[in-house]
Amino acid sequence: MINNREDFSKVRQQAVQDLNSYDCRILVCSGTGCIATGSNKIYDVFKGLVEDCPNISLVFSECGGHDEEKIVGVKKTGCQGFCELGPLVRIQKGEKVVQYVKVQREDCEDIFQRSVLGDEVIDRLLYHKNDHHYTAPDEIPFIAKQTRIVLENCGKFDSESLDEYLAAGGFKALEKAMFEMTPDQVIDEVDASGLRGRGGGGFPAGRKWKQVARQKEKVRYVVCNGDEGDPGAFMDGSVMEGDPFKLIEGMMIAAYAVSAQHGYIYVRAEYPMSVARLRGAIGQLEERGLLGENILGSGFSFHMHINRGAGAFVCGEGSALTASIEGNRGMPRVKPPRTVEKGLWEKPTVLNNVETYANVPKIILQGADWFRSIGTAGSPGCKTFSLTGAIENTGLIEVPMGSTLRQIIFDIGGGLKNGAEFKAVQIGGPSGGCLTEKHLDEPLDFDSVKKFDAIVGSGGMVVMDKNTCMVEVARFFMSFTQRESCGKCIPCREGTKRMLEILERIVNGQGELEDLDKLEELANMIQTMALCGLGKSAPLPVISTLKTFRDEYIEHIVDKKCRAKVCTALRKYVIDPDKCKGCSKCAKNCPVNAISGKVKSPYTIDPNTCIKCGACMDNCAFGAIHIEA
Amino acid sequence: MATITINGRQVEFTNEKNVLTIIRKAGIDIPTLCYQPELSTFGACRLCTVEDDRGRFFASCSEEPRDGMVIYTNTEKLRKYRKLIVELLLASHDRECTTCEKSGHCPLQNVALRLGVQDVRFQNYKERQPIDDSSYAIIRDPNKCILCGNCVRECNEVQTVGALDFAFRGSEATVSPAFNRPLASTKCVSCGQCRVVCDTGALTIKSHVDKVWAALNDPNTRVVCQIAPAVRVAVGEAFGMPAGQNSLYKLVNALHIMGFNRVYDTTYTADLTIMEESAEFLSRVAHKRHLPLLTSCCPAWVKFVDNEYPEFKRNVSTCRSPQGMFSAVLKEYYRAPEHNTSNKKTFVVSIMPCTAKKMEAERPNSYTYGEKDTDAVITTTELVQMIKQFGLDFASLTEESCDMPFGMGSGGGVIFGVTGGVTEAVLRRLVKDHNPKSLETIAVSGVRGNDGIKEITVPYNGMDVKICVASGLGNARKVMDAVKSGEKEYHLIEVMACPGGCVMGGGQPTRLDHKSVVEERDEGIYRTDRKMVLKKSNENPLMDFFYQNDIFKHKYHDLLHNHE
Amino acid sequence: MLDESYYRKTDEIIARYVRDARSLIPIMQDIQAEYRYLPGELLTYVAKEIGITEAKAYSVATFYENFSFEAKGKYVIKVCDGTACHVRHSTPVLEAFWKELGLSKKKHTTDDMLFTVETVSCLGACGLAPTIMVNEQVYPSMSPEKAVALIAELRGNG
Repeated sequence: MINNREDFSKVRQQAVQDLNSYDCRILVCSGTGCIATGSNKIYDVFKGLVEDCPNISLVFSECGGHDEEKIVGVKKTGCQGFCELGPLVRIQKGEKVVQYVKVQREDCEDIFQRSVLGDEVIDRLLYHKNDHHYTAPDEIPFIAKQTRIVLENCGKFDSESLDEYLAAGGFKALEKAMFEMTPDQVIDEVDASGLRGRGGGGFPAGRKWKQVARQKEKVRYVVCNGDEGDPGAFMDGSVMEGDPFKLIEGMMIAAYAVSAQHGYIYVRAEYPMSVARLRGAIGQLEERGLLGENILGSGFSFHMHINRGAGAFVCGEGSALTASIEGNRGMPRVKPPRTVEKGLWEKPTVLNNVETYANVPKIILQGADWFRSIGTAGSPGCKTFSLTGAIENTGLIEVPMGSTLRQIIFDIGGGLKNGAEFKAVQIGGPSGGCLTEKHLDEPLDFDSVKKFDAIVGSGGMVVMDKNTCMVEVARFFMSFTQRESCGKCIPCREGTKRMLEILERIVNGQGELEDLDKLEELANMIQTMALCGLGKSAPLPVISTLKTFRDEYIEHIVDKKCRAKVCTALRKYVIDPDKCKGCSKCAKNCPVNAISGKVKSPYTIDPNTCIKCGACMDNCAFGAIHIEA
Repeated sequence: MATITINGRQVEFTNEKNVLTIIRKAGIDIPTLCYQPELSTFGACRLCTVEDDRGRFFASCSEEPRDGMVIYTNTEKLRKYRKLIVELLLASHDRECTTCEKSGHCPLQNVALRLGVQDVRFQNYKERQPIDDSSYAIIRDPNKCILCGNCVRECNEVQTVGALDFAFRGSEATVSPAFNRPLASTKCVSCGQCRVVCDTGALTIKSHVDKVWAALNDPNTRVVCQIAPAVRVAVGEAFGMPAGQNSLYKLVNALHIMGFNRVYDTTYTADLTIMEESAEFLSRVAHKRHLPLLTSCCPAWVKFVDNEYPEFKRNVSTCRSPQGMFSAVLKEYYRAPEHNTSNKKTFVVSIMPCTAKKMEAERPNSYTYGEKDTDAVITTTELVQMIKQFGLDFASLTEESCDMPFGMGSGGGVIFGVTGGVTEAVLRRLVKDHNPKSLETIAVSGVRGNDGIKEITVPYNGMDVKICVASGLGNARKVMDAVKSGEKEYHLIEVMACPGGCVMGGGQPTRLDHKSVVEERDEGIYRTDRKMVLKKSNENPLMDFFYQNDIFKHKYHDLLHNHE
Repeated sequence: MLDESYYRKTDEIIARYVRDARSLIPIMQDIQAEYRYLPGELLTYVAKEIGITEAKAYSVATFYENFSFEAKGKYVIKVCDGTACHVRHSTPVLEAFWKELGLSKKKHTTDDMLFTVETVSCLGACGLAPTIMVNEQVYPSMSPEKAVALIAELRGNG
């Protein structure tokens, strides 16, 4: 138990000393992505190798004095960001860090002998791009071109260890807030920083805190929205599992600022790792007296709780989320009263998302001016994005607000996969829209993106190339929002259902031109009349694609054609007479006898009978069958 | 004075809780489906959305009024969107309006009509759900549910019964009991308040109309009926008469025309109830046994005690309800050979403001000497339908009085129709002097009015008699919890399950104009009481007719009390 | 009818939480973690024990996708159909599982109670799309062929 500030600083000194005592640290990425590619096994192999090696003292999470020759730590870190190249392993010796990618079990021995025991860099495991070999992670353009505030610690140390977090300066911000600042000063600092909620709306966090602090009711809550439900977004998950202490520190500062006694983190059901890491973190903090009564003798008491989501996207909406914590159906309620007045259990509640809280410690430590020096005037600071889809470098990134799409997609993301042609990027998830070529050089921030019928949202960014059918994309998002509608208000429940029906008709080649009017009519109505923010934004993917890719809709309807060849019902399977040898294999494989012809002369497919199953194409030995749009 | 500008006109407001209320006060009946002033604001139908001068749209039901607001209720966008919302609702709704019992007084139909929805461009692909007719009182047709949530909030917030709730989500969402079980196997108390707030024909009354017509058409059946106090102040509403007007005597005429052989007045057995229950009360007080005495007139309340407070079952008065007493007495009366010279079967119809009475009539203790006491219970709503089926111009009927010997009651019996009425009647009975002032004292003792919970302390025989009157089962729950925890002590607790008492019963006609009629109906009852010469149940000369009658001698207990 | 052990286990789970509405979801999650589904009888039991109506408990349980009143297979395969996976062709992966296991949009669990196949909105591993999750383990970069191979492997495990 750490009872006062003095003891705390001793603990921190010890942690720093321990951290510096390592000769070498093997940092194995254990973000969800790398674990999926087997990083836990890599970790075990390294552990075994180190354990079996004489004269080496192995240190896992605990720090302590050692008198053997060499101290090596094998650590599980948070997401190192470059998910597609996992499992990722970093070998750190003092300031020197080597980044290995796609590390397989059989590579471990090599790394251990040559890079841990020796000082060699293994070239074949480095990241290669255009004949260039990158040794240090910070040299890799994907990382070098980012600015990391929230993600600064991710990948650098053991995300499960409080000591390592302390050694890296963790909880200095809380300390500063509790002992050197009044709650009002904390709020003023956050307010002055211009930090806006990273969950989608972009509401100024300081103003929200101020409103809570103003309430007469003294029982208050701090709630963290970790229900990152946008398909294609995993930033918050990465922060929760990669730097859980930072999130908690941010929440504690918020709690101190608004005099809240309890905090709740609502974590998405699909993030078991986040739950485990946060639980572990809370456990350590309670044990050391950094959570609980009278923290460090400051008089400030705070308790943390974790709620696991149970599979409902709508719980990302504030009032639905608090309803869910209370044990109810996650149905948004009407506002007013707003969450700041009557939130969780009808008490004043600060509700921010993971990334917002994770920005707070650094703002307190380095000041509002520092934060304002990054990003744009209206949207200071950085924003994390998860970069996915048809892009070379998928992964987790953080860039200053105001960065352009071109910087993100081409400089950091390395351009489109296999050099394909850029078509659009879907931003903001199911509540967002599509940006195209003409937006590539627009600076992205909360306000600018809205002008293009999209939202920054939580930061999912899915890059699409020419092989993507925009009508199908709209249908996909509509099917998502329709499935996830809570069913409370009529516009969203009934409206999205009908929009989906229409879109399904269109991709199946049964659309009519007046369907487009109906879609717009429904979209406008839902956008205006729906109860909650999610409902109101549900039609955005359709509105935005209808505006930018209207010709594709019309092609589907009038020409019964899908230029991306994605919509199955509109595909035309064609046999190239020059390539067809007349082997009759396709005809035999056709389940509906749509293929006819004479053996040894080219066969033909009757498009009216064809059910577009693709069996012919899969079985053609001569590559004579192709799809025509 | 704070003002809001509505469609260019300034409207003053004081403490109205939302903009919608102000709009309606200003005389604009903006359409709503999910808004019920006495329930929490749900905000799901979005029809009450208005536009402000900055082009902002918001639902007026959930918006706090602010001085200087400028709003418009009928802009082009609003008209278009409202219409589309209703079109979408209709598209997923079982639109067999012509055969729907709710047709003509259906809020959804009314809104569609008002907004001019004439085309439904979307098809209903929903799989048909089976209709739940397991309950004695309520039929649930999920195919007609539009998920406005009124019933869910009524059942949970007001009645705290919680038999109904939402299930599933999104376009699969439904309203149903747990595991979609039949209503009859839930804790439903049949109060029918869900049906009162239902916007469609999804929750309707289980009709006994055909059964009654069949009896009326059977020459070998003597059809006799009793009319509950609350029916008389509500039935006229359906025929364009003002709310609260007592139309008992027109009704008697109507029923005679329709073929009822005898038309009686339930206030008669309300008086009998007072005689019996007062005696029971005094005896329990004297012996300090099973106190507080809980009234037993309301079957939904009795069921609620069974479900939620079984340890208080013995506190419930053994008296049958006025319906139960009446039917048993009538059957017995016509069983006597001198009253059944034609040797006909007696069919007792009870005309009630209440759906739970249908359930009460089916209870095992609603049988006497092996015979079912009440053969059919028709609610005011069904009564209206029968009158319309017959084709009577109700409002212009002449008046007739009830048949004898059971056609007369006291004011004490009449006021059973309002919350506090039973208590007031008991107090009138207990007061020994004949000074009219003492009646006035009782009236102003706190027993009247529509507060959900009323506490009265009256001195009696040197002791303070503590009485609690509750209406609405949520209020009853509060009272019972306080009694259970020892926080409160009472001698008598009167509960009517429906907020406001029987005048607001689950079987009463509903309205389309969003107007509350509880005060008019209350006033109708009290006005009727004021006009009566007989105020006290014990002064009703027919009491003697009963207690001195050879037919009923030694049968008081069998006829007037439950004996399980 | 569930045997007594289920109720004893449920008592144990309930004892971890405060007895009120807020504990409903965590209790249901724990029960489901124990039995891989939420037996309806236990839901009724929990409702009574924590003092909420049965209809409310049912209402909450049916709102959230994670709760299932039907017993699930030993291996619950969640195929991600998030945006990133969708654009990288997760649908054929799902169809491969269905085909291999004789399942469909309507039928989620194999008769031998070994496999349940569901879709999930996003597993948060978009960088490795298309992904699936088997129980709590994420599998990256799936293809229809890998799906078939995985089933064979899991069947081998029994």
